Amino acid sequence: MSLMKRISLIFRSKANKALDRAEDPRETLDYSYQRQVELLAKVRRGVADVATSRKRVELQVAQLEQQENKLTDQAKKALSMGREDLAREALTRKSALAGQVEALRAQQAQLQGEEEKLTLASQRLQAKVESFRTKKETIKATYTAAEAQTRINEAFSGISEEMGDVGLAVQRAEDKTAQMQARAGAIDELIASGALDDATAIGQGDDIARELSAMSSQADVESELAALKSGSSGAGQPQSLEAGDSTPPAELAADAEKQREEGQA
Amino acid sequence: MIVRILNEGQWEVGEEKLDRLNELDAEVEAAVEAGDEDRFAPALHALLDAVRTDGVRLPDDTLHDSDLILPPADATLDEVRALLTESDEGLVPG
Repeated sequence: MSLMKRISLIFRSKANKALDRAEDPRETLDYSYQRQVELLAKVRRGVADVATSRKRVELQVAQLEQQENKLTDQAKKALSMGREDLAREALTRKSALAGQVEALRAQQAQLQGEEEKLTLASQRLQAKVESFRTKKETIKATYTAAEAQTRINEAFSGISEEMGDVGLAVQRAEDKTAQMQARAGAIDELIASGALDDATAIGQGDDIARELSAMSSQADVESELAALKSGSSGAGQPQSLEAGDSTPPAELAADAEKQREEGQA
Repeated sequence: MIVRILNEGQWEVGEEKLDRLNELDAEVEAAVEAGDEDRFAPALHALLDAVRTDGVRLPDDTLHDSDLILPPADATLDEVRALLTESDEGLVPG
């Protein structure tokens, strides 16, 4: 039997089973309607849950991007001071973050997709529930229990199928969201542990930040000293910058080191 | 003939299109049975596209069950398998 036929039979047999449970078919109408309203509420909660997860991922992306920028600035500063080793370390950390950001962006897109699908599913269900409610009142007002049976069956199987469809969509969205929440939790822990955050905190920066700030305060002293000696305020350039454009980067660090030693001597 | 694409909606498709749909459906089924992921997604999309193009979309407030039901467009092979072997509980609430 064809795939599409098999799936439809599975849905139908379940709808029939639910229908068989009722004594007076008209009672089924109210009971079913109640279930529909519950499901509708569940779908809407589902939309809200997925949106919450999406926002959490967005926040994480923003945090990691901020950290990336910080590392770029550190790399620039390190290079301008002739410390290629530090610049390299900063860029290495940055590239590790880039992978995380990319993975989070993919998750964000996926969650956005789930959110849109569930929103549409809730709109479709809402339309069918409204339609069912109207039909239900007509059936109850117009037909005897015996006459009502066929009409109830029609309305019931139509809405049951939709409920099965929507129920499945909610379940899939929940599964996907749960997987992502586990990953998001791991990243939150990473951020909370300070592995990422410390570098941006004032006064307690990471090792790169500490070294750079030590170097720059030293450079400030040197340049001010040089300015005082020459009696000119225009000489306030850090020495390391003068190390020259023609010097290969590998030698920059060594040069800067030498200049510092000379400055201290 | 009413065809539902899960997570999308229902379409009214003329009986004369059934042969074509069955061909496309057989391809999806073969991919599922062979566990062939590479064949599965294109086959499913071809089938869904045929329904969307050949059929007329029914309004959301239609209360009619479908003659045929198709998996959602983003379904994985495993999900379709699970759909077919779904136990008595769970798939259709009340």
